[in-house]
Amino acid sequence: MSTRYTIKQSGESRSFPKGDAFLAGASKDDADVIIHLGTPLAAAPDKAAVLIELGTESLGTHTGEKEGEEGGNVLGFARYRNGDDAPSQLIELVCQPRTAESAIAAARAVFEAAGFTVVVCSDQAGRIIDRLVRPKYNVALRFLDEGLATAADMDLTCRLGLGYPDGPIERVTRGGLAHHHDVTQALFETYGTATYAPARRAVVAAARRKK
Amino acid sequence: MGAGIAIVAARAGFKTICFDTSDDALARAEKQTRGFFDKSVERGKMQAQERDAVIGNLSRSSKLDALSDCDLVIEAVFEDLGVKKKLLSALDEVCAETTIFGSNTSTLSITEIASGSKRPQRVVGMHFCLPAQLMKLVEMSPGVLTSDETFATAWAWTEAAGQKPVKTQDKPGFILNALLVPFNNDAIRAVEAGVASPADIDKAIKVGLGYKMGPLELVDLVGLDTQIRLCEAFYPITLDPRAACPPLLRRMVAAGLLGRKSGRGFYNYQGGAMFGA
Ligand SMILES: NC(=O)c1ccc[n+]([C@@H]2O[C@H](COP(=O)([O-])OP(=O)(O)OC[C@H]3O[C@@H](n4cnc5c(N)ncnc54)[C@H](O)[C@@H]3O)[C@@H](O)[C@H]2O)c1
Repeated sequence: MSTRYTIKQSGESRSFPKGDAFLAGASKDDADVIIHLGTPLAAAPDKAAVLIELGTESLGTHTGEKEGEEGGNVLGFARYRNGDDAPSQLIELVCQPRTAESAIAAARAVFEAAGFTVVVCSDQAGRIIDRLVRPKYNVALRFLDEGLATAADMDLTCRLGLGYPDGPIERVTRGGLAHHHDVTQALFETYGTATYAPARRAVVAAARRKK
Repeated sequence: MGAGIAIVAARAGFKTICFDTSDDALARAEKQTRGFFDKSVERGKMQAQERDAVIGNLSRSSKLDALSDCDLVIEAVFEDLGVKKKLLSALDEVCAETTIFGSNTSTLSITEIASGSKRPQRVVGMHFCLPAQLMKLVEMSPGVLTSDETFATAWAWTEAAGQKPVKTQDKPGFILNALLVPFNNDAIRAVEAGVASPADIDKAIKVGLGYKMGPLELVDLVGLDTQIRLCEAFYPITLDPRAACPPLLRRMVAAGLLGRKSGRGFYNYQGGAMFGA
């Protein structure tokens, strides 16, 4: 399977910041996989796959939806990145109910050839990681407010007790509390459950953000 | 769990008595303890002489009276409020006024356990991690009536035992389980919601966040039935929707899928190897 890809870019990509090797690896000519980084989706039904980088929005925002029958050769993706941290090696590939298996395979081949780990998820808010980890950061921030433990002790507990490389407070703080606010706000708008509502400390950080 | 805590204490030089109502449990613990220290010697982590000295610090009894001279008693009996309260009340009769009672409970309230004793000011939460002989963390929490002196003495003991205490409060799950149990539930709910396969969810968490184990592998390891028990311990108290038992978890347990121990949970295990990843 071909692992060549063409990039169409406008502005900086969160997945592949300036200087990222993946940008340099793109073909100059019209490859069989098209990757949109900030450029509007253009239908290309003859391509193996068309990929569009997602922020907090659904893939359906770009493709439109058809009562659960949506899907073709267009996939969403995001390289997981904790706010301002360097991007991870994980690519979350977003599918719709009728996304073609061949398109998934083509997208996977491109990213795996570039050294990424690929997981496939459905088009739901927060994909896999943000959906799972943001409520945990919210709770840790609330625990801090409520005096359950110091930030250092909460982080140490997760490192020593669970073997995490870092604890929830240090990680969410390093990634940016204002970023956490934006991600949880988007999740909250979709799911409406209190667990996604931005924690007070994230609300504070967003309010104090330099415009 | 109790045997692991006893290893921690004996290794640090404390004279340690393992008390269990079951002689079988004591014999099992003795064998496991020997095995653990023999391995340590084999791996060059310990001299044979040291091993013998540490094992010399350990004794066993199924009679409560044996604990009469203890300065500190750490209970790790069944996770049952009635059993724990009864034990503390019996210990009141046997131990000195100054003896400190530590509880290794994971899910119960320290204050409620302490209410079994006439000296609740001497009771303190000391939550070790499994396996205690390898894990340094101890979550320490005072109950409503725990005295500062008790807490400080127990804290100093924990440090002297070579462990790393963190201070927390007498709230369901302390820090670790309060963060972990709802997180694991959310992962189960994500499977149920068709977000991704268990293998992809675990892979995402490991590669994206650097965790050693994915949440679903972890639930398979601790047991799906245990995860239900954790939900049932926390949810009625906190009413946190994330702590509520996910319907899929109940269905899987009803179908006999308990995780590793039954050969199948979110993954299939055959002869110890994991399938489905
Ligand atoms: N297993 C874990 O992962 C873990 C982790 C942290 C804390 N804990 C806590 O440790 C405690 C024990 O857990 P476990 O998994 O070792 O349980 P377990 O059932 O394996 O062992 C409990 C032991 O207590 C003995 N026992 C019961 N009643 C007794 C009594 N009245 N007097 C003396 N001995 C008695 C039993 O014979 C048994 O050997 C619980 O409070 C649990 O919440 C367990």
